[in-house]
Amino acid sequence: MNHNETHDDASHGTVKGYLIGFVLAVILTVIPFYMVMTGDFSKVTTLWTIITLAIVQIWVHLKYFLHLNFITEDGRASTFSFLFSALIIVMVVGLSVWIIYESNAMMMY
Amino acid sequence: MSTLSINVEAENTALASHDDHAHEHHDTSGDTVFGFWLYLMTDCLLFASFFATYAVLFMNTVGGVSGKDIFELDFVAVETAALLISSITFGFAMICAQGQKKALTLMWLAITFCLGATFIGMEIYEFTHLIEHGNGPQGSAFLSSFFALVGLHGLHVTAGLIWMAIMMIEVARRGLGKPTVTRLMCLSLFWHFLDIVWICVFTVVYLMGVM
Repeated sequence: MNHNETHDDASHGTVKGYLIGFVLAVILTVIPFYMVMTGDFSKVTTLWTIITLAIVQIWVHLKYFLHLNFITEDGRASTFSFLFSALIIVMVVGLSVWIIYESNAMMMY
Repeated sequence: MSTLSINVEAENTALASHDDHAHEHHDTSGDTVFGFWLYLMTDCLLFASFFATYAVLFMNTVGGVSGKDIFELDFVAVETAALLISSITFGFAMICAQGQKKALTLMWLAITFCLGATFIGMEIYEFTHLIEHGNGPQGSAFLSSFFALVGLHGLHVTAGLIWMAIMMIEVARRGLGKPTVTRLMCLSLFWHFLDIVWICVFTVVYLMGVM
């Protein structure tokens, strides 16, 4: 029964948790839109900022909306399966982009 | 209904040798949610391959339009807001469902449904607008990969909306029994997952496209 209660706390979330997540997500969405729409910043700064903020926002969603954690047994299983998928995704997307851009460079596009 | 009872009967027969059937049943609901999570992880890989395709094809516009010419960030910002707000309203629906508050759960689900429908309505408008102006998916490799990636996300959201409508009927008719709450739990994972995919879509496709 004790196991049950900790599980419920960690995996179901509270109104407060959702509100914190929502406020963070709004901030992390507004900043990149603002940067691109006004165009006040240099291209490189804007690019790296929006990529970083997107990754932070994904983490916020995973923590506050999907309740991934390292505390409960179920939470650990979900978190590690996500981390494994994330590794595969980085390899699929990253290596594809690397290969095609290098090949474009060699074809002198 | 009758199919369901046959299934339950079959399950009972299979578990006849177990003394603690109730305990087995409790464990299954956690397994269901974890199994659904694993499905979502494979869905992630599907989206990843579409993103990879978009990333390698987006500059191949054969002299036609590029992202800069066709994307309207004001419009995308409203779509993003609809989806983001629907994420928190679904969260409230889940909290009400766990507290066994049927009327409130239905209300939050209805609000979530309306926000999701707004998102899909706007996306359909964007797509028809592009096609009418001769920028359909057959226009260039950029447009093909754009329609494939954003369309795949849109199809997922549509599937989520159909599922949500069915769940609202189920909650209204049968109340918030354990199996119903487990199904709502899976739908909530699906819905929040689609919001995460949308973060990648608006960053990679729209914001980087307009820069």
